[in-house]
Amino acid sequence: MDYIATILPPLLQGSAVTLQVFLITLVLAVPLGLGLALLRISRFGFLSTLVNGYIWLMRGTPLMLQMLFIYFALPFIPVIGIRLPDFPAAILAFVLNYAAYFAEIFRAGIQSIDRGQYEGAKVLGMTYPQTMRRIVLPQVLKRILPPMSNETITLVKDTSLIYVLAMNDLLRAARGIVQRDFTTSPFVVAAAFYLIMTLVLTYGFQRLEKKYAVYDE
Amino acid sequence: MIRASDVHKRFGAVEVLKGVSLDVDKGEVIAVIGPSGSGKSTFLRCLIHLETIHRGNIEIEGEALVSTNAQGLCQYVPPADINRVCRKMGMVFQHFNLFPHLTVLQNLIEAPLTVKGVLKDEIVPKAEALLRKVGLFDKRNSYPSRLSGGQKQRVAIARALAMEPDIMLFDEPTSALDPELTGEVLSTMRELAEERMTMIVVTHEMAFAREVAGRVVFMDGGVVVEARPARELFAAPEHPRTRAFLEKML
Repeated sequence: MDYIATILPPLLQGSAVTLQVFLITLVLAVPLGLGLALLRISRFGFLSTLVNGYIWLMRGTPLMLQMLFIYFALPFIPVIGIRLPDFPAAILAFVLNYAAYFAEIFRAGIQSIDRGQYEGAKVLGMTYPQTMRRIVLPQVLKRILPPMSNETITLVKDTSLIYVLAMNDLLRAARGIVQRDFTTSPFVVAAAFYLIMTLVLTYGFQRLEKKYAVYDE
Repeated sequence: MIRASDVHKRFGAVEVLKGVSLDVDKGEVIAVIGPSGSGKSTFLRCLIHLETIHRGNIEIEGEALVSTNAQGLCQYVPPADINRVCRKMGMVFQHFNLFPHLTVLQNLIEAPLTVKGVLKDEIVPKAEALLRKVGLFDKRNSYPSRLSGGQKQRVAIARALAMEPDIMLFDEPTSALDPELTGEVLSTMRELAEERMTMIVVTHEMAFAREVAGRVVFMDGGVVVEARPARELFAAPEHPRTRAFLEKML
């Protein structure tokens, strides 16, 4: 017990990094994903194809590779090449990657809404943006909660990939102590930390699902 | 109120409307009948711009929605005008299309709030009055999924009326209902007709067409076969196709 108390501070510091990457990614990638989904289903064929290609690229290559590319290779690309510090580089990779997955979840949700909802709104004089904001998206939210819950839980665990940029997230902090002290108990503590985070998330999503259960479709 | 002439509509290569014309005066109740696939629902949907037409003219209360010039070029008015012209009409669907995530009252006030920008304090009493009128005031805080089909359709009628339209379009409003529930919807519509609301009703309810409609339009194969006062048409259909259809229905 005393030993665990001594390793808690560095593990908590690591958790703080993990949570930062998680929260910032979530806050930025969800709206970006929604925007991509709306473009993907829009009648602008060119933009739709472009987004389709983007989603293919982001889902088709490993997140770790994307992170390494943004950190190491981006600076050498003409015009857009900039050298990012490790934290922004990691965030950029996570946001770009997760937005692609969120976009597909949103698209599936939007396309699952009955055409009659659009027609019902249209004959009441509502414009397309009004229909989206007031009628379609609130219903989409209810339908996409389960896949969104899945994806955010994956995101918590994916944050451990930032170790490749030598950032001290929860897992890397634990591994550091394991190698220093020749004991595996930091791994167990780290696992407990991850479980607590995902437990909070699961609980949050369950609350949301309950809230939306007031109406059936 | 409504002047539609020579309306043509294609779905791909299939011509669903082959030159439909109809004039509707203020306060008239028109029943549109005919076999399925005759284009009657499509025609109704064209009037409120749920479908775009390929040729012809539609005018609502003297304002053009779409017109076709001598060269055959079919042109709609600008989008803002389309929206304004179509707002003179309300529509009720076969499958209600209520918003499931909103309560009955919220369904009624949503469009007045977002489209017209009416104040909530103003619209809520109006919406409640409409719900009383259709006999569903006690359901105002229920979600649509808790209602029977007939109740849903009466909410849909009240929701359309909350936008204060001059014309009401009904697209087979009782076709999705259990037979014992059609009566309540039809009596709501009858009340509306008695208040001199201008109505176009696409329906398979021959009794309703005969008793409530002033004029009955019989459509078949994408054209209006016969359009005459209800009594005349039911008593002595002129066209053999009308006669054959009525024999099957009655």
